[in-house]
Amino acid sequence: MNFEWPWQYNFPPFFTLQPNVDTRQKQLAAWCSLVLSYCRHRRIYTLDVMEAQESPMFNHKKIERKLSVEAIQIVFEELRKKGNLEWIDKSKTRCLIMWRQPEEWGKLIYQWVSRNGMINSVFTLYELSNGEDTENEEFHGLEECMLLRSLQALQVESKAEIITMDEGKGVKFF
Amino acid sequence: MDRFVWSNGLLEMNETLVIQQRGVRLYDGEEKAKLDAGVVLLSTHRLIWRDIKNHECCIAVPLSQIVFFEEQAAGIGKSAKIVVHLHPALPNKDPGPYQHSKFSYIKLSFKEHGQIEFYRRLTEEMTQRRWENTPASQPIPTATGSQTGRTRAVGIVGIERKLEEKRKETDKNISEAFEDLSNGTIMSLLPCPHEMVELSRSIANKIKEKQGDITEDETIRFKSYLLSMGIANPVTRETHGSGTHYHMQLAKQLADMLLAPLQERGGMMALTEVYCLMNRARGMELLSPEDLVNACKMFESLKLPLRLRVFDSGVMVVQLQSHNEEEMIASALDNVSEKGSLTSEEFAKLLGLSVLLAKERLLLAEKMGHLCRDDSVEGLRFYPNLF
Repeated sequence: MNFEWPWQYNFPPFFTLQPNVDTRQKQLAAWCSLVLSYCRHRRIYTLDVMEAQESPMFNHKKIERKLSVEAIQIVFEELRKKGNLEWIDKSKTRCLIMWRQPEEWGKLIYQWVSRNGMINSVFTLYELSNGEDTENEEFHGLEECMLLRSLQALQVESKAEIITMDEGKGVKFF
Repeated sequence: MDRFVWSNGLLEMNETLVIQQRGVRLYDGEEKAKLDAGVVLLSTHRLIWRDIKNHECCIAVPLSQIVFFEEQAAGIGKSAKIVVHLHPALPNKDPGPYQHSKFSYIKLSFKEHGQIEFYRRLTEEMTQRRWENTPASQPIPTATGSQTGRTRAVGIVGIERKLEEKRKETDKNISEAFEDLSNGTIMSLLPCPHEMVELSRSIANKIKEKQGDITEDETIRFKSYLLSMGIANPVTRETHGSGTHYHMQLAKQLADMLLAPLQERGGMMALTEVYCLMNRARGMELLSPEDLVNACKMFESLKLPLRLRVFDSGVMVVQLQSHNEEEMIASALDNVSEKGSLTSEEFAKLLGLSVLLAKERLLLAEKMGHLCRDDSVEGLRFYPNLF
């Protein structure tokens, strides 16, 4: 299924950070929405700032326009303020793109666990994200960091507990 | 360092503070003294050092003990210093931090800078030797090498003192004159510009005749007073007198001359264009840029149909009063929409404006939110703001 680009994507000024404050606000809002919908469409869970520069999201080859690194940082900061982005490292080179909140993922996972009567069982993280049983679930293929954040959200609600095992991490549901 | 005596740090009756500088460390000759973080104060009579952490620890040495002093430039990792060579301590000197020292000089190390000003002030004080005229209430041991001996002599010192007093007097006059100026009552100064100028000139001359380092300093200081007043060359303008009258005439002249060219150029001209135009027309007695600006500022008060306008970027233009900016911006938007997008050059060509003014108009439209920009390697283009 092809991604539907918003009209701004074909508007050259979209790739220049606007000096007029009001115009800029609208521009940034459009960028945030573009980033989230693109990542949701391609099931992208993390972004690397340097790599992102070359991604079609920020680099529109056809009209020969791309967003500068500074502008990308500003867009990311906007996303962070809105709660859709979390930095993975201190030097701000990699981030989690949360087009779905960890709490929502947690809910989906818990519902699946409960539906299949697997409360009180222990799962490895791999089983959850890549196991055969979860193939039809939305959270199948969820990247580890996102999965962990989601389980942490459940942990806060006392619905799960993350445990460390020999080969890595696992989780028990209550 | 054995020339210093303990002091309470209070100034004596006739002693005044000249300058102080913090972050100064003392050296006994080449060796660092234990007194390492303090404020050094220069008064008319003494050199005082006070410990920054322990205010009670305060020492002083009379200026009369100083033989001479010199600057020592800063080096890598070393602060700039002033080396002060001292007369030997007198036998009946009060107790101080050091009983004896093998050095006859000390150093002031300026860790937080300030040495240039301090050196200058110290030079002044050492030249003026004010401690000799007004002995402090406590007996200060005067060095045996002092040339003028007892104070209040009629000789050279007396003359110097008189000149000094006169200088203080005129200094006060000028300061008061400037006070008026800063209070906004320029008119109080205008009636007697000649007097002011005469005064300043006579002072400048008198001071030049006086000997010593002080001369250059004072002359420079007074010259800077004059410059700040705008009297770089204290001669008033010949034909119309100084200041506003001249500018008023000029403003009227400008209004006459600029109406036609302005209309040709769409109602607006950059000030630089006006300058060139005016001077080319005048031939002789060219306008200075300052005069032009001052004259333009008077357009409104003289009810002339022109205005001086300054854009955010600092560009100054003269425009017709009838010029309506909103209309201009609206038409700019139309132009851009029609063509899809425009650069400043394209817009300038379209309207017959200079590129500078075209850009200003586009920027203004952007500021109002009608346009947005596309900045790329191809250049700066403006689009209608579709956001």
